Amino acid sequence: MNGNEITPGQAMQDVFEEFRIDGAVNKVVFRDFNLWYGENHVLKDISVEIKSNIITSIMGPSGCGKSTFLRAIDRMNDIIPECRTSGQVFIDEDNVYAEDVDVYELRKRVGMVFQKPNPFPQSVYDNVAYGVRIHGMANGRELDEAVERSLRMAALWDEVSDRLDESALTLSGGQQQRLCIARALAVEPEILLMDEPCSALDPIATAKIETLMRSLQEKYTVVLVTHNLQQAARVSDMTAFMYIGEVVEFGRTKDLFENPEKELTENYITGKFG
Amino acid sequence: MDELTKENIIKAGLCASVVITILILPVIVVWVGSNGIGVISWEFLTGRPYRFELGGIFPQIVGSIYLVSLCSLLGAPLGVASAIYLAEYAPNNVITQTVRFFTETLAGMPSIVIGLFGLEFLVYYLQLKTSLLAGAVSLSFMTLPWTIRASEEAIKMVPRGYRDASLALGATKWQTILKIVLPAASPGIITGILLGMGKAMGETAVVWLTSGSGLEAFVPRSLRSPTGSLTMYIYLLATQGHTSESMSRAFGASLVLLVMFMAVSVSALIVRNYYLRRLGPR
Repeated sequence: MNGNEITPGQAMQDVFEEFRIDGAVNKVVFRDFNLWYGENHVLKDISVEIKSNIITSIMGPSGCGKSTFLRAIDRMNDIIPECRTSGQVFIDEDNVYAEDVDVYELRKRVGMVFQKPNPFPQSVYDNVAYGVRIHGMANGRELDEAVERSLRMAALWDEVSDRLDESALTLSGGQQQRLCIARALAVEPEILLMDEPCSALDPIATAKIETLMRSLQEKYTVVLVTHNLQQAARVSDMTAFMYIGEVVEFGRTKDLFENPEKELTENYITGKFG
Repeated sequence: MDELTKENIIKAGLCASVVITILILPVIVVWVGSNGIGVISWEFLTGRPYRFELGGIFPQIVGSIYLVSLCSLLGAPLGVASAIYLAEYAPNNVITQTVRFFTETLAGMPSIVIGLFGLEFLVYYLQLKTSLLAGAVSLSFMTLPWTIRASEEAIKMVPRGYRDASLALGATKWQTILKIVLPAASPGIITGILLGMGKAMGETAVVWLTSGSGLEAFVPRSLRSPTGSLTMYIYLLATQGHTSESMSRAFGASLVLLVMFMAVSVSALIVRNYYLRRLGPR
């Protein structure tokens, strides 16, 4: 069979995919959003719509602002003193940058997983329980259940159920990263931001995390920053290509990789720069 | 002389310097030990001094422990709190640079000057009298900068990833500091406090001017009691005693002081290793 031929089954699947992606509702909406670190204009006039319950990946060369883009959603950039913004970012109907926003509530709604696995130097259990305790969401028996539920969702429960009291730092890198995912899920967020979550991991651990992402999209809106093109193509439904602070192109992953509209995008995905 | 020979001579000379450096500690310990072990007896350790060079040093041992403990009790919270502010909250501007300059300078301040200030300000002006309290407060002036510096370093060493993870979960800055940063920094902070205690324990000039005469025959009963310390006792017996008996008592008290100092240093190591092990591999 020729690779270009389309079988009826595959055609059906494509239609289904199209429906699943196009039918999704907007979850995170950027409107004319700009961000500066001091004099440095890092994000320029960003206007994109990220849909719920699919995986959206943000790709681009180092320094293009993709991590800043991600951190703009849960206002983690606020930590940097000279950071300024203009424009809006909405989660559902709520402007994240409105004055009366409780940033701690916001960050509870939006989970984040970082490039380097960063479990706290505490037990596996305490790591997952941390956010739940901070927000006073559960204790005792309920807390145990929340911890177990989160570890199961992160596909880690079977590996750690008998070592919950051990230091999280004794886990392997891949397990640590799934623990960080479990820790983020434990506070019951709506959105999961992942900032190059596999860049410090080996291929097997990476495959596990990617499978996990696929299972998480049913419940969460997943936004993934990656500089790994194959990863973006493999796991995401929609992809944004960023270059020097701008979103150059944003669309369905399949379209973006097969028929990029902009030359810059094509040059990037064909490896002419990166 | 060829180059190779020169090279070897230099190498030997440098190596000899290291050997001398390494030998200083055991030589002192052995010297003090062999001179002091003779007077160590139950009576010496539990008795009270009388007629200058007779009796024991129990009030001095207890006095040293009281002074050092109270000094840490007063100084450590203040030092750790300052370190938290400097490391986590203070913007990097002229004011904080000035604060840093002040603490650095205070760290290098000659102890006799701190003692004199303690005498004039605490003992006379605030009328604390020559007392346990005046001595401990003056000592804490001296150890405070060391506590601040050690704690600030330890706090800054905590990886940013821990803070990011905590903040991203919706924790406030203070929750993050209290639940994540301080526990992770605790080995360094505790080591800093214990090393400060070791420094305070060995201090003579400050306690001499502010806390007592050194030959107190009683254990301090209140914060206002004059309090003797081992260092003052050693100083007095070594400088004002004129018999070989008083010299060997000075060595005996030095041996006790050394053992106490080592106990503090070793516990600093143990605490550090305990926490590092509990935190797991890095």
